[in-house]
Amino acid sequence: MDNLLSITTFIPAIAAAILAIFLRGEDEAAQRNAKWVALIATTLTFLVSLFILFDFDPSNTGFQFVEERQWLLGLKYKVGVDGISVLFVMLTTFMMPLTILASWNVTARVKDYMIAFLVLETLMLGVFVALDLILFYLFFEGGLIPMFLIIGIWGGKERIYAAFKFFLYTFLGSVLMLVAMVAMFAEAGTTDIPTLLTHEFQFETFSILGLHIVGGMQTLMFIAFFASFAVKMPMWPVHTWLPDAHVQAPTGGSVVLAAILLKMGGYGFLRFSLPMFPVGAEVMTPLILWMSAIAIVYTSLVALAQEDMKKLVAYSSVAHMGYVTMGIFAANQQGIDGAIFQMVSHGFISGALFLIVGVIYDRIHTREIDAYGGLVNRMPAYALVFMLFTMANVGLPGTSGFIGEFLTLMGVFQVNTWVALVATTGVILSAGYALWLYRRVVLGELIKESLKSITDMSARERAVFAPLVVMTLLLGVYPSLVTDIIGPSVEALIGNYQTALAEAGAAADLAGLSQ
Amino acid sequence: MQADLNVILPEIVISVYAMAALILTVFSGRDRMAGMLTWLTAALMTLMAVWIGMTGEGTRTAFGGMFIDDGFARFGKVTLLLAAAAVMVMGQDYMSRRRILRFEYPLLIALAAVGMMMMVSAGDLMSLYMGVELQSLALYVIAAMRRDSIKSTEAGLKYFVLGALSSGLLLYGASLIYGFAGTTLFSGILASAEGQAPVGLLIGLVLMISGMAFKVSAVPFHMWTPDVYEGAPTPVTAFFITAPKMAGLGLFARVVYDAFGGVVGDWTQVVAVLSLLSMFLGAVAGIGQRDIKRLMAYSTIAHMGYALMGLASGTVFGVQAMLVYIAIYITMNVGCFAFILGMERDGEPVTDIRSLNLYSRAHPGRAMAMLLLLFSLAGVPPLLGFFGKLYVLRAAYEGGLVWLAVAGVVASVIGAFYYLRIVYYMYFGEEGETLQADRSPVQWGFLMASAAIMLLGIVNMFGVEGMAQAAAAALVN
Repeated sequence: MDNLLSITTFIPAIAAAILAIFLRGEDEAAQRNAKWVALIATTLTFLVSLFILFDFDPSNTGFQFVEERQWLLGLKYKVGVDGISVLFVMLTTFMMPLTILASWNVTARVKDYMIAFLVLETLMLGVFVALDLILFYLFFEGGLIPMFLIIGIWGGKERIYAAFKFFLYTFLGSVLMLVAMVAMFAEAGTTDIPTLLTHEFQFETFSILGLHIVGGMQTLMFIAFFASFAVKMPMWPVHTWLPDAHVQAPTGGSVVLAAILLKMGGYGFLRFSLPMFPVGAEVMTPLILWMSAIAIVYTSLVALAQEDMKKLVAYSSVAHMGYVTMGIFAANQQGIDGAIFQMVSHGFISGALFLIVGVIYDRIHTREIDAYGGLVNRMPAYALVFMLFTMANVGLPGTSGFIGEFLTLMGVFQVNTWVALVATTGVILSAGYALWLYRRVVLGELIKESLKSITDMSARERAVFAPLVVMTLLLGVYPSLVTDIIGPSVEALIGNYQTALAEAGAAADLAGLSQ
Repeated sequence: MQADLNVILPEIVISVYAMAALILTVFSGRDRMAGMLTWLTAALMTLMAVWIGMTGEGTRTAFGGMFIDDGFARFGKVTLLLAAAAVMVMGQDYMSRRRILRFEYPLLIALAAVGMMMMVSAGDLMSLYMGVELQSLALYVIAAMRRDSIKSTEAGLKYFVLGALSSGLLLYGASLIYGFAGTTLFSGILASAEGQAPVGLLIGLVLMISGMAFKVSAVPFHMWTPDVYEGAPTPVTAFFITAPKMAGLGLFARVVYDAFGGVVGDWTQVVAVLSLLSMFLGAVAGIGQRDIKRLMAYSTIAHMGYALMGLASGTVFGVQAMLVYIAIYITMNVGCFAFILGMERDGEPVTDIRSLNLYSRAHPGRAMAMLLLLFSLAGVPPLLGFFGKLYVLRAAYEGGLVWLAVAGVVASVIGAFYYLRIVYYMYFGEEGETLQADRSPVQWGFLMASAAIMLLGIVNMFGVEGMAQAAAAALVN
C-alpha cells in the first residue's frame, strides 16, 4: 500500500461527505445512522492506522510512507511520518472513536455534529502527516472551521463568546505564521518540509528601527511561528481562550480539544521551531523556559480557585502543557522524549477527565463542584475511574502522567536548575487541586437531594473509559512503548539542532574575527 | 482598417446587438421582452467570452496602439463577461417578480460591458476615458433602476455626482500627462517616463490613480460604495460588485504598467498605501453593519485592498496574484449574491443579517453553501479564498513589502469577525422567525456551483492559475 497515510487521513472526510449527501431527515433512525456511520468510519481509520504503526521502522529517522504529488503554485501534496509524528497520528485515530462514542446521547442536529467531527479528524490527521508547509497550514487552520461550529452550535450558555474568542485568537496567531511561511518560501525557494529541515536560514543579527534582532531572520520567523503554536498550545499568557472554549464546548469537543488540538502546538515546535530555526530557538529559550515555569505555577494556582469542574480541568491542561514546552526547549533527549510522552499521556488523561465531567454533566446538567458530593455512594465504578485519572493527572508513579513530568523535569534540570525547581512545585500544586476536586465531588456523605437517584456508568460509558485506563496504566509501567518509537528520531533532531548551533556559533566567531 | 476592426470585433458585436435591440424594444415599447432579452444578452456575452478565450492569441493592436488585445486583456474580458452574464441571469427572476425588470437593464449592462472591455484593452488615454465613461454612464442609470424608490434614486444620483468628480480627476490627470509627455499613447508616455520622470507627469499619475481608485472603491475614495450598494436593487449591486471591479483593476494595472512601467518604484508606494487603507477600513467598518449589502460593500473594499497588494508588489507575479485574486473574488461574490437574492420574507426582500436567524434549520443546503463561501471570503483554509490571499501575500513579500503582508493578515483576522457573524446568525440562532428562500433554481444553481468551486478549486484552480500567469506575462514585459 503506497498511500496508506492518505487513506487514513481521508476516510473520515469521505464518511462526512457520505453523511452530508446521502443521509436525509431528522428522525430517530437518521440520527442513529449518523452515529453509526461516524463510529464505523473512525474505528476503520484507527484500524488502518494500526498498519502504519506496525510497518513503521523506528530506527529510520527519515520520513516514511511518503507520498508526493504536484499541486498549485508550485506547491506539493506531500505526506509522510517520522518518529515524532507517528504517535500523534495514532493518538488522533485512537481518541476519535471514543469521542464519537462519548457523544452518543447528543440529540440536536446529530448529522451535522458527526460531520463536523469527521471533518475535524481528517484535518487533524492532515496536520501531523503534512510534509509541505502550505499543506500543513491548510490543515492546521482548516481545523478552526469545524471547531468553531462545534463550540458555537452544541456548546453551553456562553458558547457564542467562546466560539468567537477561540476562532479569532487562534486565527491571529496563525496568520503571522503564514507570513513567516511566505518568507521561508521566498528564501529557500521550496515549501518541502524535509528540504527546509536541512536548509539553513539566515541568522545574521540586524537591526530594525534601532532594535537589534539577535539571530536575525531566524528569530523573527521563530517568533512568528511561536505566535501560532503558543496560542494553540496554549502557553501563558495567551491561554485565556482555552478555559472559555473548554467550558462551553460539548463533551466531545472538549475531549478533542484537550487530547489532540492542543498537541498541534507542541508538534509544531518540534517540527518547525526547533529544527528549522535553531538560532532563533536558542535566543528565545530562556524566555520560553520561564514562561513555561510561570504557566505551571500560575495556572495551577488558578485551577485551585475554580468552581466549575471543566474550567479546573482546562487550567490543569494549561499547566501540563507547560511541562511540554519546557521539555521541548530543554532540547535534550530526556526533555524532548518527556515532552512527547507527556503530550501522548496528557491526551489520554485529560481526554478522560473531560469525559468524567461529561458523565455527571449528562445526568445532573451542571458542572458546579458544589452541586456534587458523595458520589462514591451511588457510583462506585465512576469513583474508581475518576480516582485513577486524578492520580494520573497528579503524576503518580505507575501512571503515564508520572513519566512525562519526570522526564521533562529531568531534561530541564540539566539546562536550568531554577526553572526546574519552580516547575516542580507545580507537581505539588496539581496534587492539591486534583485531590481536592476529587474529595469535594466524590467523597463524603451523599446529602444532596438531586443526587439521590443518580446512576452509575452505563456499559457504553465503561466501554469508553476502558481503553483509556489500559493505555494510562500500560504507558505508566512500560514507557518504552513510546520512547522506543520516538527515541531515534528525537536523537537525530537533537543532533541536527546541536550541529546547526555549533556551525552558527563558528560562523558568528569567524564573522567576529574578520571584523 | 479591416485589421483594426477585426481586433475589436467582439466589442462591435455586443455594441451592435445592444443598439439594435434597443431600437427594436423602443418601437415595441414593452418590458414584456425584458426577461427574454436578459437571457439573450447573457448568452451573447458567454458566447463572446468563449470566443475571446478560445481564439485570441498573441498581442494585436488596433488604431495605432489605442486599443490593445493581449493575453491580459483577454483574461479580463473573459472574466468580466462571464461575471456579468452570471449576475444578469441570476437576478432576472428577482427583478421580474418585483416588476423592476425593464428592457433597458440587460442592454445597459451590455453597453457597460463594452465599456469595461475597452478599459482593459486601453492603450491610450482617450480610449481609456471612453471606456470608463461608457461603463460609468450605464452604471449610473442602472443604480437608479428602481425609479419609485428614494433609496435607489439617491444611490444613482450619489454615484453620478461622485463618479463625475472622479472622472474629473482622471481627466485632469490625463491632461497633465499629455502636457508633459506630449502624447496620449501609453507607449509614448512610457518612453518619456523612463528613469527620472518629470514632476508634472507624476502629479498626473497620482491624479489618475485617484480616479481609478474611485472606480475600484479603494480607500480613501470608497465613500460612495456602501450607499450605492445598499440603495441599488440587489441584482444591480451584485453586478457592481463583480464585473466592474475586474475592469477597474484591469485598467489600473494597464495604466501603471503600460504607461508608467518605467517608474515602478513611484507608483507602488501609492498603491501600497491604498491597499493598506482599504484592507483596514474594509475590515473595521464592516463590523458595525447590519445590512448584508452594506456589509458586502465593506467586504469588497477590503478585498480590493488585497487585490491591490498584488499590484503594489510591482512584479509579474504580483499581477498574476492580482488576477487570480480577482477571479476568486468574483466567484465568491456571485455565490454570495445568489444567496442574498434568495433572502426574502412574504415575497419582500430582506437584507438585515439578523433575519438569518435559524436559517440553517430551514434551509440546510443553502446555509452550508453560504458557510463555505463566508469562510472562503474570510480567507480560512482549506477554501479557495485562502489561496487568493496566499498569492497576494507571497507577491507582497517577494516585492519587499513585508509590512504590507503583515498588515494584510492582521486585517484579515479583523475582517473574519463579520463573516463569522453571519455564520453565527445562520447556525447558532435560538428562537424566532426564519426566512423563506426564493425557490429560483438559477440562484440555487449559482450558489451551489460557487460553493463547490470553493471546495474543489483547491485541487488545481481549474487552470486559472496558468491563464493568469500568461496574462500577467503579457502585461509586464
